[in-house]
Amino acid sequence: MDSLAAAPMSAATEPLVALRDLHVSFTGGRAPVQAVNGVDLEVARGDTVALIGESGSGKSVTLRSLLRLHPAQRTQMRGEIRVAGLDVLGLSARQLADYRGKVASMIFQEPLLALDPVYSVGQQIVESIRRHEPVSAAAARARALQLFERVRIPSAARRLDAYPHEMSGGMRQRAMIALALACRPQLLLADEPTTALDATVQIQILLLLRELQREMGLSIIFVTHDIGAAVEVADRIAVMYAGRIVESGPARTLIRAPRHPYTLALLKGRAHGHLARGARLQTIQGSPPDLAALPPGCAFAERCAFAQDACRATQPPAVTLAADHLARCLRTEATAVAVVDPAPCQG
Amino acid sequence: MIDTPTAPLDDVGGPAQPLLSVRGLTKHFPLKGQLLGGSAGVVRAVDDVDFTVRKGETLGVVGESGCGKSTTARLLMHLIAADTGEIVFDGCVVGSRQLPWKAFRRQVQMVFQDSYSSLNPRLTIEDSIAFAPQVHGVARREAVERARDLLTRVGLEPRRFAERYPHELSGGQRQRVNIARALALQPRLIILDEAVSALDKSVEAQVLNLLLDLKDAFGLTYVFISHDLHVVRYISDRVMVMYLGQVAELGPVEAIFDAPRHPYTQALLASMPTMDPDRRTEEAPLAGDPPNPINPPPGCRFHTRCPHAEAVCKLKAPRVQAGSSSAHAVACLMHEPGSGHGRAARGDTPAMAQAAE
Amino acid sequence: MNIAVDARKIPAPVFERSPGYWRTVGRRFLRDPVAVGAAAVVLLLVMLALFGPYLTPVDPYQSSMLNRLKPIGTDGYPLGSDELGRDMLSRLMAGARLSLFMGIVPVLCAFVIGTAIGLVAGYAGGRTNTLIMRTIDVFYAFPSVLLAIALSGALGAGIFNSLLSLTIVFIPPIARVAESVTTQVRARDFVEAARASGASAFTIVRVHVLGNVLGPIFVYATSLVAVAMIIASGLSFLGLGVKPPEPEWGLMLNTLRTAIYSQPWIAALPGVMIFVTSIAFNMLSDGLRSAMDIKQ
Repeated sequence: MDSLAAAPMSAATEPLVALRDLHVSFTGGRAPVQAVNGVDLEVARGDTVALIGESGSGKSVTLRSLLRLHPAQRTQMRGEIRVAGLDVLGLSARQLADYRGKVASMIFQEPLLALDPVYSVGQQIVESIRRHEPVSAAAARARALQLFERVRIPSAARRLDAYPHEMSGGMRQRAMIALALACRPQLLLADEPTTALDATVQIQILLLLRELQREMGLSIIFVTHDIGAAVEVADRIAVMYAGRIVESGPARTLIRAPRHPYTLALLKGRAHGHLARGARLQTIQGSPPDLAALPPGCAFAERCAFAQDACRATQPPAVTLAADHLARCLRTEATAVAVVDPAPCQG
Repeated sequence: MIDTPTAPLDDVGGPAQPLLSVRGLTKHFPLKGQLLGGSAGVVRAVDDVDFTVRKGETLGVVGESGCGKSTTARLLMHLIAADTGEIVFDGCVVGSRQLPWKAFRRQVQMVFQDSYSSLNPRLTIEDSIAFAPQVHGVARREAVERARDLLTRVGLEPRRFAERYPHELSGGQRQRVNIARALALQPRLIILDEAVSALDKSVEAQVLNLLLDLKDAFGLTYVFISHDLHVVRYISDRVMVMYLGQVAELGPVEAIFDAPRHPYTQALLASMPTMDPDRRTEEAPLAGDPPNPINPPPGCRFHTRCPHAEAVCKLKAPRVQAGSSSAHAVACLMHEPGSGHGRAARGDTPAMAQAAE
Repeated sequence: MNIAVDARKIPAPVFERSPGYWRTVGRRFLRDPVAVGAAAVVLLLVMLALFGPYLTPVDPYQSSMLNRLKPIGTDGYPLGSDELGRDMLSRLMAGARLSLFMGIVPVLCAFVIGTAIGLVAGYAGGRTNTLIMRTIDVFYAFPSVLLAIALSGALGAGIFNSLLSLTIVFIPPIARVAESVTTQVRARDFVEAARASGASAFTIVRVHVLGNVLGPIFVYATSLVAVAMIIASGLSFLGLGVKPPEPEWGLMLNTLRTAIYSQPWIAALPGVMIFVTSIAFNMLSDGLRSAMDIKQ
């Protein structure tokens, strides 16, 4: 399999991205760090999924696994990653290089670090296009110009020759999006792209992503720790904790009626304006588990208000609560009654 | 042991006297220009800023990149010297004989954003906390006692944590240490410069609760700088909105969030991502990036992006009037009667498009 | 109150006593076989420098015109003899003291002076920094060997003068590294916090800055020992440093010059010693640098 032929569109019912039982661990420390422990995720064509979690939840590691960005010597991956019909874990080095950028590409949190400082952004886009498609430099440049206009960079022609450090934060992020979309990938991976941006710029970028996704029929996997950003961009949300997806479902359902105790606690613990003056925030006691020494049962059990002995004994299976709404929890009946205050929906 | 008074120590002016009163604070950073032919320009980081902080309150400071909030914090701490401006602490002018800088430093402390970089990696936790008291003459043994007591107060068991090094602690734990360190000199005012921004949300909630508890226990006053509007709304009594080195709006927190008057504040609040999947934001309230403080626009600095700008806005610069600390003050010609702005004449000031989200 | 609950309700993970920074560096260093090997060689050389003169099989100054340039392995001259009939082995052993002395002492002095200059320039910043560093740069612009020769020539030959000129040669590079590291540490928040607590500049430098900058500067300085030795031997080679009949490896290279044609192996021996010492010090410094590069 030398050339990289993506699966034909006849497999339209097959999800674009399918992660099955993905495990990723990093060796090198005293004990291997189990960053991802059995993640199952499907993303249909044209769908946007947000992966929410805090540090150590494994969301960034999961995302980077889709492009196999982890250092090969220190990383052990098992499970299945299928993107557009391709078995990503089985790709050779050459096939992987063809895959990256053309089938799936990524945007990062800090464009200054992700863009090469010694080349102009236009040059970097042209390089990417010509790597994957047999077009002339002039044609590639014309396409780069089009992309810049599409991501709403003003004075696009002039900006093509700008260097990354000459652009403002929001403009750089747009340039990075243009670079990622240069070869018309089917899947866009976004690793906290708006975390480092100011509020007024963040909302522009989120709206831009939504618009581009509609126009180009992209699928997006959007990693963030900000629930608000996830709601603005995503149709579906998956919440991660200690390397597992603990709850996933439509954004609407997750925000209004979460069923996993961790999701509940996250939503309840947010600072928002409707709290009484001087009231204390509801916190999740304790701290995240050590990924090198995970407990046998549910990783959240020791911090969970609903936990019982059964929770600590074995991994809770994924419970289907409704169409497309899953939670890995044994206590979903108890959480059904704990309704989240509707006020937070107004932020 | 540290006293836990219900009223602040050394309260000189009484409850009506503002704790901190800032007038005309200005700081321009020169750009490295050519050797000959003058400088290339200045970064007008903070330009003629006035505000007050009342005793026992939390003043939230919000604004985006380039607004000058961090520079203001450093000017208040005298980590950078101001070009002009006066700071009055509890009635005494800072830097005068009544209140020299070193004495002022005992009263005002700061917590920084980066919890790791804020701690000397070569010192143990208790040594880091005990450093400041020793500088001011406290004997080492007593300083270490105080450090351990503070560790307990911030929720870290001294037995487990006092002799650790910073790299062994998590981000939230380190930030608690930084708070303990700020309390070591028993200050009256603490400036928190994005102190919780780098923490995970669940840890942030714990630290916010801690800050509120400490405020009650020690009778502290806070200046809370943050870009997270939800947190600012939760913790502040009054809020100051800054734009390009100047104060755009200043007032009680409910007034700012429920009925913002400055068009920038309105846009900023409208930019907060919604939490309602059925009512997603359809249009960005402000286009473009926050401009550079090197060559700010003439007149009102916001006029280039303001939907209500008129010709007069380019000519006249509005100012938040100094003085009254309870009123809701706005630096906008629309709210200045007789300024020449159409809306000011008509008395028709725009409210936010949607209800407070 | 949620805060104190955390500590009590959750079973506490077992914490071992923290080893501290230098112990950790030591452990990491000991795990690196190359570094440990280099350290062993350096230790051997230092031993040789200290005790060499007492352990020589024969008197290193004893010349014998009859036994000039005897080859290696001759009876009574295990490493041959030099152009004046003196035993090479004894000369090499005795020479360690002076050669290492010429290598280490200037670097040590330059370390102290250069660090002080760099600390002041780095911490003060602004115009003071510019003034100091541009002055340093003037000296730095001269190639070190030329500068050493020029200074030695001006001061006159002799050990003390060459030590002096070598020290002056090494102050600028050390000062530059010191200034650079100090500036970086100065910018970190904990120094700002220390300033905010009202501490004097001297206290801050002593408590906060020094501990964080000495490490990198020291590592850099160890890599200069080899250079110092080579330049010192160059000076002796040119007759500006050590004077005969003192055994010093650089000087021995000089005086054995003409023996290259008749006894090349013997002529090369002092060079081999210099080479081994340089490599050992460089690898030691590399090992230290790796050990200190702890990613937190």
